[in-house]
Amino acid sequence: MTATTPALTGAALALGDDALVLSHRLGEWAGHAPVLEEEVALANIALDLLGQARVLLSLAGDEDELAFLREERAFRNVQLVEQPNGDFARTIARQLYFSTYQRLLYGRLAAAGESPLSGLAAKAVKEVAYHQDHAEQWTLRLGDGTAESHDRMRAGCEALWRFTGELFRPVEGVDVDWAELEADWLASVTGVLERATLTLPEGPRTGAWRAGAGRQGLHTEPFGRMLAEMQHLHRSHPGATW
Amino acid sequence: MVTTTPVEEELLRLAGSVPDPELPVLTLEELGVVRGVRVLEPGRVVVELTPTYTGCPAIETMSADIERVLRGSGVPEVRVVTVLSPAWSTDDISAEGRRKLAEFGIAPPRPQGPGGGPVSVSLAIRCPHCGSTETELLSRFSSTACKALRRCTACREPFDHFKEL
Repeated sequence: MTATTPALTGAALALGDDALVLSHRLGEWAGHAPVLEEEVALANIALDLLGQARVLLSLAGDEDELAFLREERAFRNVQLVEQPNGDFARTIARQLYFSTYQRLLYGRLAAAGESPLSGLAAKAVKEVAYHQDHAEQWTLRLGDGTAESHDRMRAGCEALWRFTGELFRPVEGVDVDWAELEADWLASVTGVLERATLTLPEGPRTGAWRAGAGRQGLHTEPFGRMLAEMQHLHRSHPGATW
Repeated sequence: MVTTTPVEEELLRLAGSVPDPELPVLTLEELGVVRGVRVLEPGRVVVELTPTYTGCPAIETMSADIERVLRGSGVPEVRVVTVLSPAWSTDDISAEGRRKLAEFGIAPPRPQGPGGGPVSVSLAIRCPHCGSTETELLSRFSSTACKALRRCTACREPFDHFKEL
């Protein structure tokens, strides 16, 4: 057992919160997805992310307390994953941006030698490869589909673009080359969008407010409502079991 | 590598004989998820179990089933711990396990070998019902995260495919 350091705790919390929050967002599609196969696919991706979140949050403390009893400002997830689902194309844009990031990040962590993070990363990178493939195939299908699907896919990519810069702010305890990670991410996303007859959105990749973002505990307005729904059962019935 | 005693081998065989809760045709040994059994002292045993997917909900049932079987064979204290590393791969499913999957109507995962990526494999997937290799992907994710949904274009039957991981 490796001793837990503050840096490891912080890193596990950041990556664990990313996985937890996106898992919850994807779970919101249950009962609403455009076709049954996609309902099942999104729920399965959410389940993979929930599994990763459980391992990561357990490295940082008690998983249930961390998930259900923290206030909004204590969450360290990037703002991208807390963004509302929007239409299906916007969810796919979020999936494309995030799964590409997660696959590249986990791939590097897995190769970085023995640590609690690398063990999880080596396991999860194989799951995330399927998430990225799913997002990529849908991006191609929607982007290179009808005029309507093309427009929606473009709108989804553009709406979320300003949340992508935060992905590459260094996280203490995650020892990777962030500049190189960002370059690889841009190359990968550009390639997919071009094949989907789309172009990389223009404009800034961060919000106007320079004080910080999700990794510092500053979240966007929809996140509070999401947390209220995610936490209310646990808070209303402390210690309840199935 | 720690050497195993005959008692540990017997307990490993027992733990491995537990059926998978979601694919009951397979034993945990055939699925390749029981990593080892250690006897800490007489009557105290630790079993190492690895999940197929990080979020696999079956892992809790598997742990409870192993505990029940080992207690039933006279071990008072059984603890099942989850290990992630090295990560489980579909290559860990035994040949017998693959045969049983196909017989159960699930196309088994294709072998990956070293360095094989999860989505880079291109061998044809055979329909478990009629044996045709003319099959198409319907959805990358099926009834569970570990399976994809496919359809045979020859016999028209849909079927699950255990995805390479």
